[in-house]
Amino acid sequence: MWKYLLNRFIQIAVTLFVFFALTYFILDAQPGDITLQYIDNPRFTEEQRLALQRRLGLDRPVTERFIRWFVNTLKGNLGDSYIERRPVMDIIRERAPRTVFLFLTATMIEFFVGYILGKLLAWGRGSAMEYSVTVVGAITYTIFTPWFALIMIWLFGFIFHWFPLGKFLDPNLWRKIPVEAGINANIIFNNLLLTATLVVIVMLVVVALSNKINPRRAIIIRWSGLLFTLTAVFVLWGSYKYGYLGWDIIWHMILPVITLTIINFSGTMLLTRTTMLETLREDYIVAARAKGLPERVVRDKHAARNALLPVFTNLMLTLPFIMAGGIITETIFSWPGMGLTLLQASNSGDIPMVMGAFMFIGGLSLLAHLVTDIAYAYLDPRIRYA
Amino acid sequence: MATTTVDQQLAFKKPLWQIRLQGSWKSIRMNWGLFAENKIGLIGLGIIVFYTVMATLHPILMKTVWDPKVYDPFIGNDMTIYNHPSAPSARHLLGTDPMGRDILSQLMYSTRNEFVLGFVAAIITVVIATSVGAISAYFGRWIDTVFMRLADLINILPFIALLVVLSSFMRMNMWMLALVIGILSGFGGTTIIFKAQALTIMVKPYIEAARVAGGNHWHIIFHHIVPNLMPLAFLNMMFAVTGAIFAEAALSFFGLLNIRVSWGIMIYTTQAAGYMLSSINYWYLIFPAGVSITLLCSAFYLVGRALDEVINPRLRQR
Repeated sequence: MWKYLLNRFIQIAVTLFVFFALTYFILDAQPGDITLQYIDNPRFTEEQRLALQRRLGLDRPVTERFIRWFVNTLKGNLGDSYIERRPVMDIIRERAPRTVFLFLTATMIEFFVGYILGKLLAWGRGSAMEYSVTVVGAITYTIFTPWFALIMIWLFGFIFHWFPLGKFLDPNLWRKIPVEAGINANIIFNNLLLTATLVVIVMLVVVALSNKINPRRAIIIRWSGLLFTLTAVFVLWGSYKYGYLGWDIIWHMILPVITLTIINFSGTMLLTRTTMLETLREDYIVAARAKGLPERVVRDKHAARNALLPVFTNLMLTLPFIMAGGIITETIFSWPGMGLTLLQASNSGDIPMVMGAFMFIGGLSLLAHLVTDIAYAYLDPRIRYA
Repeated sequence: MATTTVDQQLAFKKPLWQIRLQGSWKSIRMNWGLFAENKIGLIGLGIIVFYTVMATLHPILMKTVWDPKVYDPFIGNDMTIYNHPSAPSARHLLGTDPMGRDILSQLMYSTRNEFVLGFVAAIITVVIATSVGAISAYFGRWIDTVFMRLADLINILPFIALLVVLSSFMRMNMWMLALVIGILSGFGGTTIIFKAQALTIMVKPYIEAARVAGGNHWHIIFHHIVPNLMPLAFLNMMFAVTGAIFAEAALSFFGLLNIRVSWGIMIYTTQAAGYMLSSINYWYLIFPAGVSITLLCSAFYLVGRALDEVINPRLRQR
């Protein structure tokens, strides 16, 4: 196991290095640099431009710049963003939680919905319901995301006024807070993130504890556990002086989460359906039926649970892609996360910021691969990493 | 000559190519039967046929009914209407865009581009993925390692984000985009699928027979392994088309591509002119293109799903 992990870490390191080198050289191979954006300004002389170029180190050969960038990155210094004029690390630390929170929430809901629907689809194969849900699912899966997101904003934000049009907080609420309170959006946001993580952990523990007891009683325990946890969260946040700011962020998040869920659920749904169709042909399904188990138990415990593994793998592997697809979602909802930052940075030739954002996304997806492999070993007893 | 040789007596009445044609016709009909059992595939095929008709109609309409000065998708302008965008009318079935161009004409003109882009990208993807998958399964060892690590590397790159970065640093036209999409997905995740399939073909007896008969490496790869990967290739082509059309639309929507007219650009134009959230009154600016992208993408996806059930015996209903 340890040898395997070490091996994987070496592979990850090599892959990341090649990835960074490739991206850096591709970015640099494009003509022009950031200093050229001032070239129309008559007060910006050629000497000034060259001085700026020298100051940013853009007059050096690209190999030297890359090696410098890489060595500094290893030391934890990602450089300064050309546009925002502050360390890239600060920007990532500020915006990454927003992206992660939004997309993790959406992905969890999407996975839950997709798994249950896929289970029902495979079970009712050949029915009219199956055809219609599959067609609708394929359409929402391949729907043109920007267009669909705009329709959602137009419908729920503009016509019904249920949800805000974009951004992740309402500045009017923040204006009333005195500066001395020393509170900023990120504190609230990180608290939200912490709360959500705690809720998930508590729920996982409850589910794990109630796994072995009678399903009917387990359902009661699970629901009351969820209710209790949510009440605790509401009481805690309600007693917090700035709790309404947290609610404001959640309120801004609802529409993007609904949109992402509608777009992504059918990926999980169709995959669950496919894998469950395969498990339904196994002998143990026949055996379970022959034992006289109720159909629901056969479906949920014997068929669906064995179909879960590939679905879970796929979920982990697509997680980075969901976040990268976030470049569209974040732009449309003007959600100031990593995707929007990446788009703005690449549109303005801000190489350190692009590299930082890519490091975040690339590192995350490599981590997802690793977690998948380890989780595989736990979920499937046949796989052991010697 | 009264006597005929045994060979001539046994010889088939028809030439060989005719028999082969019959054989493939028979297998096509059988597979079509399997495919047609699945309604979702037929729905997808119907949508594709509809858009094919649209694409072929455009040049004909431009030659006959439509005046190029008014209906040209790129430089056309209807002078008889004062306010653009104008609502759908008998003259312009889907109205005109903010610059006075006919939306239906733009839509139909772009359809052809979407097809070309989708198929070029898909063919590049499949050609690369099939050959690389077969080669790395056949030779194994370091060739396999290099290609699989390369696939991992491309797999970790977020596809849309990478395309956004690439196209914002260099102006891409449609052919370049098709090439980039094809190469990226050809060397990326698709290769892994093909390699896994090729590995199962490698252990079949006919590969060994071919080797015993003295076939060299390339003969075995391209005459025995690759033909057996073809069904899978056809299936993956469908998904590749979906991916390519979607990527083009997304990049056009951000205004990052150097293309004259496409569905994504039509939405971009609408947004740039500020009609996006105005009201339902301007539905004809954004709905035709948005619905078209969605429908064509999902059509190819549905056909792919249906083909999957034909090719993958474990998914068959019987």
